[in-house]
Amino acid sequence: MDIVVLSGKGGTGKTTVATNLSKVMSYAYVDCDVEEPNGYIFLKPEQSTEMEVTLKNPVIDSGKCVHCHACVTSCEYNALVGLLDKIMLFEELCHGCGACQLVCKADAMTETERPIGEIRISEGFAMGLLNLKEPMGGPIISDLKEKTNHFKNRFIDAPPGTSCSVVKSVEGSDFAILVTEPTTFGLHDLIKAVELIEMMKIPYGVIINRYDGYSLMDEYLEYKNILCLGNIPFSRKAAKLYSEGSLLIEDDSYKNHFMTIKKNLEDALERRTL
Amino acid sequence: MKVVVISGKGGTGKTTLTSAYAALSKSVTVKVDCDVDASNLHLMFPTKVNHTYKFSGAKVIQVDEKKCMGCKKCVEVCRFGALTFNGGLIIDDLKCEGCGACRWVCKASALSLCKEITGEIMLEEMEKGFLSRAEMISGQEGSGKLVAAVREQADDIGRMNQLLDGSPGVGCSVIASVTGTDYAVVVTEPTQSGIEDMKRVLELIKHFEVKPFVVINKYDLNRKKANDVKKLCLEKNIEVIGEIPFDGLVKEAINQGMPIIHFKESIAGQAIKESFEILKERIGV
Repeated sequence: MDIVVLSGKGGTGKTTVATNLSKVMSYAYVDCDVEEPNGYIFLKPEQSTEMEVTLKNPVIDSGKCVHCHACVTSCEYNALVGLLDKIMLFEELCHGCGACQLVCKADAMTETERPIGEIRISEGFAMGLLNLKEPMGGPIISDLKEKTNHFKNRFIDAPPGTSCSVVKSVEGSDFAILVTEPTTFGLHDLIKAVELIEMMKIPYGVIINRYDGYSLMDEYLEYKNILCLGNIPFSRKAAKLYSEGSLLIEDDSYKNHFMTIKKNLEDALERRTL
Repeated sequence: MKVVVISGKGGTGKTTLTSAYAALSKSVTVKVDCDVDASNLHLMFPTKVNHTYKFSGAKVIQVDEKKCMGCKKCVEVCRFGALTFNGGLIIDDLKCEGCGACRWVCKASALSLCKEITGEIMLEEMEKGFLSRAEMISGQEGSGKLVAAVREQADDIGRMNQLLDGSPGVGCSVIASVTGTDYAVVVTEPTQSGIEDMKRVLELIKHFEVKPFVVINKYDLNRKKANDVKKLCLEKNIEVIGEIPFDGLVKEAINQGMPIIHFKESIAGQAIKESFEILKERIGV
């Protein structure tokens, strides 16, 4: 069972929901926010196995190259530039698709593995980390999910937004939790996340974080008939716990909120399989 | 002069700060919302759409079923798992990265790359100046390219001071937001997550010729962590130009769609004004 946690807007509480729920439900936690992973701060994993993630990049044998520039033309990402006497690679633009190799008539192209980040796996915990200056987290997310397939039940913590790296995190999930906050920003971005998740045909529910009473957000969910899995109220106490890198379930009243969410989530998962 | 507001971590207050700075500034006439998949800056100002256009920042493969001979060579070369064959070729648009590698092995010329609309770019008129922004279509590739296009539209208005609202993270859209700017205001919060994410984004912008400043938002939610931020900035020789207290009015301001500085009694608004004065002095605008 894979449950993905996403949000649209950043900083609404994806990691708070995913880490606390993974504890109360005894699920593994997989941090796919490879640009800025934070789950480790709260779950404090020990003894992780580290693995490098690489992308295939072309290497040009200048002895064999006949300067036909077919590779340059074939590259949809403009990663190859043809100069008079050589082909230059802008490695950060390369997606590692291999098209250039397919079009090279002179057999001058081979490939090398270029590191773009790493993944760390320990007991019930895993995370990916994108190297700085690298633009694409997608390959790390795919690799991370594949290498943590042995976890029977996973919470997948997605990056903010609704772009391709969110799609990679969501793909193949059985259920999605959309975390939002009761502001017009939260609503604007939740609507985009709902659009994405409905397009991907994944059953979902919403959690309203920093809840402080009935608002436009409840109205929206009721109007659209979207399942609300529960609320997490705002308090300075919660903000303090979070800031220290502690789980909210360390506080009894917050533990109760997460137990309610767990119950609603389990009911939703059961209905899903009917 | 271009000033970009970024954060690393999401939800630290980039748009709250950007909208306040935009309202305070007399010289910034162009505002750019670089957060294309969660664009919110326009919600803080009354704007009138001047023009919009559809932007194509990615391609996707299409198959001509009449030509396909079912050799499945394309399925073999696709490294993104976008192609499967089950009686006919099935293309998963969300997985296709538009590389076109499959085209080169198709003997039947059944595959072609088509441009895909990845978002809509808007130029909006504001009471003071313009706002250049975009709405990315959910699930699309190439958010970095969309950011670049939004910025190009802003540059086309003319040589004017720009204030850019960035996106969270350190990946392609952040790189596209920071490239070619002069100053970066990094908004952080006094939490362990905020600190870790700020470190990464500060490390990233070292590679660009951008001078950073730091603003600590909601500093009083954890004064010890706020001190940690200050210590870290001191070590890195980065000036902290603002410490903004937690203020319930900020949420109110967002929900009313008004920059916080218009709330006279707001303590956060006051602190933001002070940080803006320091910023202006440092960058000489």
